[in-house]
Amino acid sequence: MTLRERITAAFGGETLALLAFLVVVFVAFSLATPLFLTGANLRSMAFQMPVLGLLTLAMLVPILSGGLNLAIIFQANISGLALAWVLIQFGGADAGVGAFILGAALALLAGAASGALMGVVVAYVGAHPILVSLAMMIFLRGLGEFLTRGGDISGFPDYMNVLGHGSFLGIPMPMIVFLVAALVWHIMLKRSKHGFSVYMIGSNIQAAEYSGLHTRRTLVLIYVISGMICAVAGILMAARFNSVRVGHGEALLLVTVLACFLGGIDPFGGFGRVLPVVLALIILQALSSGLNLIGANQHLSTAVWGLFLIGVMALRWLGERWRYKRRGGT
Amino acid sequence: MTTDPDTAPALRLRNVSKTFGGVKALQNVDFEVRAGEVHCLAGENGCGKSTLIKIVTGVYTPDPGAEIELFGHPLDTISPTKARALGIAVIWQDLALFPHMTVAENIAFDDMVGVMPRVSFGSRYKARVQAVLDRLNVPLDLNTRLGDLPIAQRQIVAIARALMGEARLVFMDEPTASLTQSETDSLLDVVRTLSSQGIAVVFVSHRLAEVIDIAERVTVLRDGKLVGVYPTEGMTQSRLGELMTGALLENSVSAQDRSSAEPVLVIKDLSRHDEFRGVSLTIRRGEVLGLIGLIGSGRTELAHALIGMSRPDAGEIQLEGAPVRFASIRDAIARGVAYVSEDRLTLGLIQPQSIADNTVISVLDRVLDGLGLMAPKRQSQLVSHWIEELAVKIGQPEDAVSTLSGGNQQKVVLAKWLATEPRLLILDSPTVGVDVGARAGIFRIVRQLADEGLAILLISDEVTEVMFNADRVLHMAEGRIVGEYDPHATSVPDLEARIYA
Repeated sequence: MTLRERITAAFGGETLALLAFLVVVFVAFSLATPLFLTGANLRSMAFQMPVLGLLTLAMLVPILSGGLNLAIIFQANISGLALAWVLIQFGGADAGVGAFILGAALALLAGAASGALMGVVVAYVGAHPILVSLAMMIFLRGLGEFLTRGGDISGFPDYMNVLGHGSFLGIPMPMIVFLVAALVWHIMLKRSKHGFSVYMIGSNIQAAEYSGLHTRRTLVLIYVISGMICAVAGILMAARFNSVRVGHGEALLLVTVLACFLGGIDPFGGFGRVLPVVLALIILQALSSGLNLIGANQHLSTAVWGLFLIGVMALRWLGERWRYKRRGGT
Repeated sequence: MTTDPDTAPALRLRNVSKTFGGVKALQNVDFEVRAGEVHCLAGENGCGKSTLIKIVTGVYTPDPGAEIELFGHPLDTISPTKARALGIAVIWQDLALFPHMTVAENIAFDDMVGVMPRVSFGSRYKARVQAVLDRLNVPLDLNTRLGDLPIAQRQIVAIARALMGEARLVFMDEPTASLTQSETDSLLDVVRTLSSQGIAVVFVSHRLAEVIDIAERVTVLRDGKLVGVYPTEGMTQSRLGELMTGALLENSVSAQDRSSAEPVLVIKDLSRHDEFRGVSLTIRRGEVLGLIGLIGSGRTELAHALIGMSRPDAGEIQLEGAPVRFASIRDAIARGVAYVSEDRLTLGLIQPQSIADNTVISVLDRVLDGLGLMAPKRQSQLVSHWIEELAVKIGQPEDAVSTLSGGNQQKVVLAKWLATEPRLLILDSPTVGVDVGARAGIFRIVRQLADEGLAILLISDEVTEVMFNADRVLHMAEGRIVGEYDPHATSVPDLEARIYA
């Protein structure tokens, strides 16, 4: 096998095209401003991207299974709230590491429980994931705003700075968390029975059931895991912003969907890999940071993201046509 | 050359060839359909039938040198629009209808679109639609949503739409592939009605009995070449099968007496409300038990109860002597039961996914490594073992299973289930959409599996299939077993008379 075939086999055909895109974006911004290709900018990018990245992982698997999880932001918020509540109980800024561990566990539990509820309804009631997760999103938002009266909760212990702003071997901690999560996702989807079932269910859940797969159990697990990675994102947000507020990161919801589609995830489920999605995330972050550096308005970068997706779709279409023609079609 | 339009053939093709990138899909084929004739186009998958139809309907341009004559008029070129204007209609297998529109809207569709729609969306067009349906002599409610109709009636709608466009030559691509026997009979009646009104029908079908029944003549293609044109009078199914495959097909009773072997499956008085009642049967090691019954006889419902997809209300299922109750299909698989569904497209295989994934899906636990992760090497070994074992013709194991022909897809289904090392294999209509040559291949595998000791329940609605491949035949009707036959002691016409009575 050539290197190209090996990359395609391991990571999906999208990878090379997105790598090329990434190079173009990096070269273009490096030419536009000397500030882009600097350690400071790259570090700042590496601090900013992980929250979006973790939330995108939470969105990715439900989409692969033919569903969607609209509740991810508020699942992250509620999980952050669970952590904050434990920390406040143990004295806020004076809370010990044990309290953080307990709080993080409760946060994961909150994420898993909200996910499990969605999964059970999707799997056993047969309701569409869009409806179920929309209901969960509205429920969690209401619950969170009720509990916090719409305000911030802040005043966390200093050691949380290590997670939010620290580095290990020069790599920002949030980035390490994200890379580990992405690796776990890659292995889960490519090598685990659960991952295999996700793809099969995404293409045809009935045939998957007739083939003996645990389709319902898999669906529940998909949303439990999605909720847990939301909790990790929520903990990271609390550490980075030193506060928790319901509604934090709301604007990221559709960006996670955008990142999935840019990364070649089939909107109808059944096909897609992790690595192209990670590349798409890096491209989105680079576009955003780069435009910021050359002094463009923040809103412009949102517009560029949208155009970028349209551009990628057009290129994919051209690529398909080219491959088809090469095979002798008309 | 122009002949008198009244006596000229509806269609005459001479010397038609079509090459796709070096591959000759058709080579110097002649084809003629007389006006008002029912003509069958027969051949295995890939023989060039579809290419021929696509040339006549203007989808493909033939290689230079071809002569096409329609109702006596020579034509230089055909485009899809021109073909329709000349009265050629094709009813593809997928029917190309709109499930959310009504029957009337579907039938009048071609008149409703275009630059100058000939009918309005008011109610006036309905009279014309009704007239067409009256010509076909079928009662259909014009206002029913198409999606609510069974496939058989959607076929009728597709035919009516062709008549609305004043078609004089109708191509039907495997119209009976997903119909039951009685539905097929009524469709064939409609085809006869068309023919009696002077409309020529070209009929493509894998079911040879039907071809001989409905057509006056049959044109056989093999590997893109014309084998010949034959009258169906005096033609037998086995002769036609030989012409299509170019090989001798064994069509003889192969039943053996297995009554001394130990029983694998014993069912006693099994019932499930509205589905089947008091069903008792035994299948022994190495036995192929044929279960023949029409759709709605409870045959598939019985199979579903045997694999844990539904729970019986009363009665007992014993597997190798022990009573069993399956809570799910996974229970059944774990106990050695495998089920090849009648619906390969939506239940049997996950069509967009790869051949490899569709093969290992039932035995994931067997391809795990020490860490509990799926080992790519074990997967590919298992896949290549079964591809070789069953002689499945594939490109790459990574290709989507939908790229395979019906026969090869069915082999992948068999591979998936044989990998679970079952003791009881339930085959529900295993040859739907599989062509003649490939059918023989599948039944060779079935016979070999039985000889190796597997107990097999062969469910079918084709008499020849159970007669030639089963050791015993049970007849199921209205949820009950109503008769048992020894293939050696009965004949195809005799059994047909009892089942289709």
